[in-house]
Amino acid sequence: MDATSTSLDRRRRAGAPAEAEDSPPAAGRPDLDLDVVAAPSGHRLWAALRTPLGATAAGLLGLVLLTALLAPLLWTGPAEAIDTSNILAGPSAQHWIGTDALGRDLFSRVLVATRLSVLLALAATGIAVGVGLILGSAPVLLGPTAGQAVAWLIGVAVAFPGLLLALFFAVIFGASQTGAVCAIGLAGAPSFARLCHTMIAGVMGRDFVAAARVGGIGRGRVLIRHVLPNIAEPLVVQATMGAGSVLLSFAGLSFLGLGVKAPAYDWGRLMNEGLSGIFIHPLAALGPGLAVVLAGLAFNLTGETAARSLGLAAQGGFVSLARPQRPARSAGPAPAAVPSTDEPARTVLTVEGLEVAFPGPAGPLRPVRGVSFSLAAGQALGLVGESGSGKSLTALAVAQLIEPPGQVEAKRLRFAGTDLGALGPRAQRHLLGTSLAMVFQDPMTSLNPTMRVGSQLAEVSRQHYGLRRRAAWRRAVERLAAVRIDQSERRARQYPHEFSGGMRQRAMIGMGVMGTPRLIIADEPTTALDVTVQQQVLDLLRSIRRQDQVALWLISHDVSVVAEVCDRVMVMYAGRIVEELPIERLRHDARHPYTRLLVAAVPDMTTDLTAPLPTIPGRPVEVGQTPPGCAFAPRCPLAGALCRSSDPELEPDGADGRVACWRAGAALPGSEPAEAMP
Amino acid sequence: MNALAAEATRPPAPPAGGSDWPVAAGLGPVRWLGALWRRRWVRFAVLRGGRLLVSLWVLVTAAFLMIHLVPGDPVRAALGLTASAEVVEARREALGLNLPLGQQYLNFLHGVLTGDLGASIGSRLPVGQIIAQRLPATASLAGLAFLVAVAVAFPLGVAVAVATRGGRRRRTELSFATSSVVLGSIPDFLFGVALVSVFAVGLHLLPVAGRGSAATYVLPVLSLSLGPAAILARIVRVEMLSVLETDYVRTARAKRLPRRRVYLRHALPNAVTASLTVGGLMLSSMVAGTVLVESVFAWPGLGSTIVSAILTKDYPLAQGVVLVYGVGVLLVNTVVDVALALLDPRSTVGAS
Repeated sequence: MDATSTSLDRRRRAGAPAEAEDSPPAAGRPDLDLDVVAAPSGHRLWAALRTPLGATAAGLLGLVLLTALLAPLLWTGPAEAIDTSNILAGPSAQHWIGTDALGRDLFSRVLVATRLSVLLALAATGIAVGVGLILGSAPVLLGPTAGQAVAWLIGVAVAFPGLLLALFFAVIFGASQTGAVCAIGLAGAPSFARLCHTMIAGVMGRDFVAAARVGGIGRGRVLIRHVLPNIAEPLVVQATMGAGSVLLSFAGLSFLGLGVKAPAYDWGRLMNEGLSGIFIHPLAALGPGLAVVLAGLAFNLTGETAARSLGLAAQGGFVSLARPQRPARSAGPAPAAVPSTDEPARTVLTVEGLEVAFPGPAGPLRPVRGVSFSLAAGQALGLVGESGSGKSLTALAVAQLIEPPGQVEAKRLRFAGTDLGALGPRAQRHLLGTSLAMVFQDPMTSLNPTMRVGSQLAEVSRQHYGLRRRAAWRRAVERLAAVRIDQSERRARQYPHEFSGGMRQRAMIGMGVMGTPRLIIADEPTTALDVTVQQQVLDLLRSIRRQDQVALWLISHDVSVVAEVCDRVMVMYAGRIVEELPIERLRHDARHPYTRLLVAAVPDMTTDLTAPLPTIPGRPVEVGQTPPGCAFAPRCPLAGALCRSSDPELEPDGADGRVACWRAGAALPGSEPAEAMP
Repeated sequence: MNALAAEATRPPAPPAGGSDWPVAAGLGPVRWLGALWRRRWVRFAVLRGGRLLVSLWVLVTAAFLMIHLVPGDPVRAALGLTASAEVVEARREALGLNLPLGQQYLNFLHGVLTGDLGASIGSRLPVGQIIAQRLPATASLAGLAFLVAVAVAFPLGVAVAVATRGGRRRRTELSFATSSVVLGSIPDFLFGVALVSVFAVGLHLLPVAGRGSAATYVLPVLSLSLGPAAILARIVRVEMLSVLETDYVRTARAKRLPRRRVYLRHALPNAVTASLTVGGLMLSSMVAGTVLVESVFAWPGLGSTIVSAILTKDYPLAQGVVLVYGVGVLLVNTVVDVALALLDPRSTVGAS
């Protein structure tokens, strides 16, 4: 199944979050990380078996094995004592789940049957693993060509369900106990063969095996000395899991009458006998059924627990009930529709006191702490800062795209002359859908891979302007042309994977200009692109801004990109704006020490490239560990006692900017020459 | 004719590597085929169809070899020790077992292609006729069960994913995870027995066994679909959760589409591809699962046919039924791959 494997691989590559490992232990789909396997694993296995789930599974398995060992010795008497005066009796004190057609105690029979059921399952598993191992090592033993052929045949066989293979072999071996063991064993062999094949291929690729091969050691010897010891542990674990499903299959075959024959009895045989008496008492069939399920689970869960501890399958599945603490809603007045009179007519966006909070293990985390700014039509505002400073969250919060459990609060959040908090959901959707455009960082992942690019654009017009399918499509083609995509007619019919990175980003921008945007929020729009393509995207953003007087809010960690496009720039540190100033002043007249250090860390044409580039000492503050004073104080060369105790407000800096620093404009030690006016 | 003449008289376009006329003429169709090959749908259809054909050939060959792998003389085994040597010999002759192996193989292939699968040893009816009679019961059972499983699993998985996204409603998540694991690990024939004892024997709501009215379908379909539905719902949920975290879902939200459209049009198709892969494996195991469920409900389908064929050593019949099941599984797998390709255009890119 090529399509299968590509889609699964893709999922894995995509780094599917936390839950992706929840998938069931599908037979024959090895999920192995062989590097992990090689590490010492004994204590991890112990640790896994001491978790509640692991302990339960192992305890259950121990119980099953103990019953298999002891029950035939203890209860064979009652299990086989015929009592014709008490046939097909219901549950009673003597017979917990009743008696069978010959008056034998069913509970004892179920217990005694454990030994045969488990033994047969183990025998069949042994055949499956043995044959699987031989087939799986064929590429090593027979060489690449014959090995390929065997691997291909294994691939064909794995596509058939196990039960069908078992029936196929049951035809050959006939309906008997031995026949069923062989049939189920051989039916399980293909999936083990594929597992072994994968594991062996992994080990063969490792350096020590290559070294052994180069050293002239023969194939068979390499297999026995180097490969098998390395796959033994995961194989045993997989076999344990496999034994669970083999147990169920065997019960199925015996239930069909193709396995164990009377007078011998296993659980499947007991179910078969119970089914005929189901009208009189159903427990006769359900009792052994329950035993099958429990024993199957015991093997399966024990194997799975062990597999997880060995890193064969990722953790997950059962979630903890530990509840993360939610941030308490602030008691202050709700951000209601405050009529604003002091807002200049051309203002597109006004943000005051914006906060974003997420529930954390020890109380709410506030990655954005009181951000205020405004943006006028046609203006281009930059937002710079190190990664983790809260830039993107600020953008998402303004765009109303933070999903619970995240919470956004703002004293004021006005867009296009309207208070966003006061709008109903429909009106807000319409306003933001038509007037706010977003461009995200990674154009590779920001477009839907299963939809045509044209449809992804057209749906904006259909949704927000009520355009018909064809009219919306025409608009999409026209907009693609407007963002300089050649052959836009043909391109619109293509899928994102047929576009280059730069074209995808232009398509994203085209999506934004499907409506009549008043503001474009571009979050790192060029970071994922080649340098040559970066310029095209920036030019496009600039021309849209000029043509339609659109406000542009460009978020980037790259000071030079912002300096190229924007009129003004805001600098963010640890969730706060620490300085805002016109772009002309950024390089030589910034007041905040952080801004100055940030600028100094960016080389320009005049930088002395023989000297090491300056860096900012220390590390950015982690969210939730913000110090009481200025967040930058621990890294700041100017920090004094005041800085460490009290957080400065963002206030006008005397010129046409704002700065939040107690020591704004003070000379930085050691960098006086650079600070000198040219 | 004119066009052909023009083609023939046209001077060889850029002579590839200084080659002479005949080679350049051969480039035409080669180029045309090359262009066709570059179309991903053509490439996908050819490769996938090719794999189906080769798999079918392997299946037919395996079914042919099946009879010859039976230890001892299959006819003697079928007729029993009491049958006289003449009868056994006559039957061997009738079954064509005395011909050279290669000849038998060719005859078998010819028979399979013309729909002649020989005659049952027991009833002497043509195997094809028995299968045609029994196939609808099994196909309708497996098909319905698959539809029910998908119809339950997808809405349930999507709903639970949406409700528990971003770590919400931990209790819902936990109870869903636990119950789906438990339901998914119970084999279908046990569901059958349990459902019969509750709804047919206990509550007298539904028929115990047999195939007839719509009511007789309820319990077999349920017992076949419950476990797979639980497993599939779990996978749909996991896939959906990871898709809901993706950048393109954020893009869809940034376009201010209604939630329904974000979930169903943007997220679901991306979650379907992986879920459908599992769904396909499920459907093929459901095809096989019918054997057990048919036995619980005395369902007159192929499952009970093959079980009795194995028990009575009716090899031609068993061979025919194995073939039908195998073809069914292969077709299901192919349909799933095609559906995947239709849903996710990327899955045809790497067709190899």
